[in-house]
Amino acid sequence: MTEQFDVIMVGGGHNGLVCANLLAKAGKSVLVLEANEQAGGAAVTQSFADGYSVSSGAHLLYGLQPQVERDLGLKVRLAADNMSTIALSDDGKHIRIKGSSVQGVGDNDQAEMRDFHKQMLKFSSLLRPFLNKTPPRLGAGGREDLATLAQLGLKVRLLGKTDMRDFLRLIGMNIYDEVEERFSNPLLKGAISLDAVLGTHLGPRSPNTILTLLYRLAATGGRIASPAGGMGAVTKTLADSAQKQGVDIRTSKRVKQIIVDNGRATGVRTEDDDVFMSMTVVSNADPKRTIMDLVGTRHVETGFARRIHHLRMRGNAAKLHLALDGLPAIKGLDKKDFAERLVIAPDADYVERAFNPAKYGETSPNPVVEMTFPSLRDTSLAPAGKHVMSAVVQYAPYELKAGWDDAARARFEDAIMDTLARYAPDLKGRVVASELLTPPDFEQRFGMGGGHWHHGELTFDQFLFVRPVAGAAQYAMPLDGLYLCGAGAHPGGNVSGAAGRNAARAILATEKGS
Amino acid sequence: MTIQEVNQRRLQSPFYSRLAEVDRLNEWHSWKGYTSADAFYDHELEYFAIRNSTAVFDLTPMSKYRISGPEALAYIDRLVTRDMHKIRVGRVAYAVWCNDQGQVIDDGTLFHLRDGEYRLCSQERHLAWLQAAALGMDVTIIEETADIAALAVQGPTSFSVLKKLGLDGIEDLKPFGLAHFDFEGTELMVSRTGFTGDLGYELWIEAAQAEALWDALFEAGKLHGITPIGTHALEMSRIEAGFLAAGVDFLPAEETVRPGRSRSPFELGLGWLVDFKKPNFNGRRALAEEQRRGSEWRLVKLDIEGNKPAHHSYIYAKKRGRLKQAGFITSATWSPVCKQNIAIGTVRVPHGEAGSSLWVEIYYQREMHWSRVMAKATVVDKPFWDPPRRRATPPGDF
Repeated sequence: MTEQFDVIMVGGGHNGLVCANLLAKAGKSVLVLEANEQAGGAAVTQSFADGYSVSSGAHLLYGLQPQVERDLGLKVRLAADNMSTIALSDDGKHIRIKGSSVQGVGDNDQAEMRDFHKQMLKFSSLLRPFLNKTPPRLGAGGREDLATLAQLGLKVRLLGKTDMRDFLRLIGMNIYDEVEERFSNPLLKGAISLDAVLGTHLGPRSPNTILTLLYRLAATGGRIASPAGGMGAVTKTLADSAQKQGVDIRTSKRVKQIIVDNGRATGVRTEDDDVFMSMTVVSNADPKRTIMDLVGTRHVETGFARRIHHLRMRGNAAKLHLALDGLPAIKGLDKKDFAERLVIAPDADYVERAFNPAKYGETSPNPVVEMTFPSLRDTSLAPAGKHVMSAVVQYAPYELKAGWDDAARARFEDAIMDTLARYAPDLKGRVVASELLTPPDFEQRFGMGGGHWHHGELTFDQFLFVRPVAGAAQYAMPLDGLYLCGAGAHPGGNVSGAAGRNAARAILATEKGS
Repeated sequence: MTIQEVNQRRLQSPFYSRLAEVDRLNEWHSWKGYTSADAFYDHELEYFAIRNSTAVFDLTPMSKYRISGPEALAYIDRLVTRDMHKIRVGRVAYAVWCNDQGQVIDDGTLFHLRDGEYRLCSQERHLAWLQAAALGMDVTIIEETADIAALAVQGPTSFSVLKKLGLDGIEDLKPFGLAHFDFEGTELMVSRTGFTGDLGYELWIEAAQAEALWDALFEAGKLHGITPIGTHALEMSRIEAGFLAAGVDFLPAEETVRPGRSRSPFELGLGWLVDFKKPNFNGRRALAEEQRRGSEWRLVKLDIEGNKPAHHSYIYAKKRGRLKQAGFITSATWSPVCKQNIAIGTVRVPHGEAGSSLWVEIYYQREMHWSRVMAKATVVDKPFWDPPRRRATPPGDF
């Protein structure tokens, strides 16, 4: 007997859980099929050494949307909120950035930073309302589509002449030119550059890197938080809430095929050949996997398949996790400083140079690093008195020219450890265990194609009404009954829940309309 | 550094030596890079060979793709709008294919050569699109334009010529059928297809055997009025047959830039090729929407008063007693065999219903001076020229 549901969710990532929850809330019977042993996708807390756990993917919350928490009636517990960023200097003269204020730089830079931050916030607030909305469909002439577009146009116009000119100048620009023009302190330039390129296949001199920064700010105004219990606790909260709402979550169930019958999605087949039927299938997998592998190109049209095939989603960020027998010593840092966000990006050129090898399929010999010591504020993550370091490291191209064999991994890990040792000379001696996750690891472990955290680069050509591709930006795929709800859909990556929430609303609106 | 020389000369078809030999006018043009003749000695006499004896046209420059593999049928069925499951081995299908917007990329013929093996023949080049359509499918696409030499052998005596050539069993070949024959140890594929609307065949062979085939064919046709023809004569006959020319009567959708310059199959009068019973094919969603909403354009065949060909003319329709612009002519000719002034054009819906009247503004020049007539035209829904001999099997032994 084949089980039947109103909605089947392929993959239980955080967006999938949010979407499933809202659909169940609207009265649907919803089945979530998750390939891994725990739901949460890449937003999970996993043990990597005896007694030590860490957020396997993203480790900081930049953008969980208040609308998501409100609609689901839940509150994510934070271990730390409004964290500062400390840009490390090897001579111990670090700078501290929190919002618009920055310590450790000259008066001029401080004033520029206030101005820069104010401007970025103003511009990012133009984008903010779009995060929690289905993007307008261009050329369709629907009243709501036109209204949404007009709203953006009007908002840009209302900026006034000077700001509008600046907005239009900056939006397509690269972050390098902007920080070089404004600031003199190299650490400040480096730290802002890092923010703009985190999780992308872009260097500070790549176009689009102001857009990526604005987008990050749009989510929560640049507020950085660390969830209690790691990112897994966030998705655990989401999964519990979904289950309470009646969502049937089954783990260790990998979907291998979305079944298409007579031109519409009608269910899924799992790797162990179970078949589940539903008139609505929602995919939390990335767009490429969804269309090219799970659906199969034969069930969609050629132009669409070609656009999906050409999606740019080459992951370039690695994670390094260290189990430490104690905190390392970093010149100029107190113990409490380890609870903040530490970055190694000593100047903008350093970041660009780290990116250079990635263009040619090589890892950075001097990588940029964003690190946290989450155990400092969250003792559940490490044995008493011990600590965990979680670092996002760039650049580690998905398609490494030499291939990601053990030697390549060891070489890259050595490069990271050498970089870290310049700031924390005693770190190597404190390592009890380590884990390096490269983009292919992310792909293998979490199913994200190319190991790309955002299910596709967030640049103008894959943004807003062309995300993931033109003609499919409204969550409904051009195959009846199939929807996309993950980071590959608008508004993209980060643990925000916005894509999942928007998708659920789009699905319910479609049903109402038909 | 060495400089690599790029060959920029016009290509020559494998029949070129024979074409050059019969040519008297030296009027050539480039057809997809190939040296092609407008006419060899007189385009009107060449035209009459199509209608009265046997005309031979070199169609090697047509795009030819070999499509094979376990999923060839599934691939083609998604590519084109009609149901390809109905086209058995040994049959040929006229088909159109569309982009996702339901706009025609091209029309052409699909030859079901063998089980799981097809040839697609079209006017425009489409390798990029065909390869994009192959993403995720177990199918091989080979461009064989230069490897396969092809001749159209068209006209009432063409059957007699091929029989004399020694093609046993050719009498059983029905319209849109194909068969393989042996020609001096090489496989010769013959299809009963053409672009003239008359009894006729197309011959397909390896390029190396092209000249031998030409020689044998002309030897066999000696007493049947066999004549090489250029594109002028062919153009007249294809308008009479009511066939569309890509780049003339419609533009390949992928080459248009301005909105509204491409056409759907419905707008080209090819709705009969669209099979919505198929769950998926390129353009299906957009075409279903168009069917619901109604089309913008309509292709019309016009029988025009007078004898002045309506090249490049505007078409007018009467609206509240006044003539309003309704469209334009894309192909026009005086038809010697029908004794009619005929044209193919495009008008905005709702104009152009079969049997309705339109007006065509014809400009013509006599001894430098230009004149203009407003000629009445009637919309016809049948080909201008469609003789019973085109379909007779076995064909008449003329």
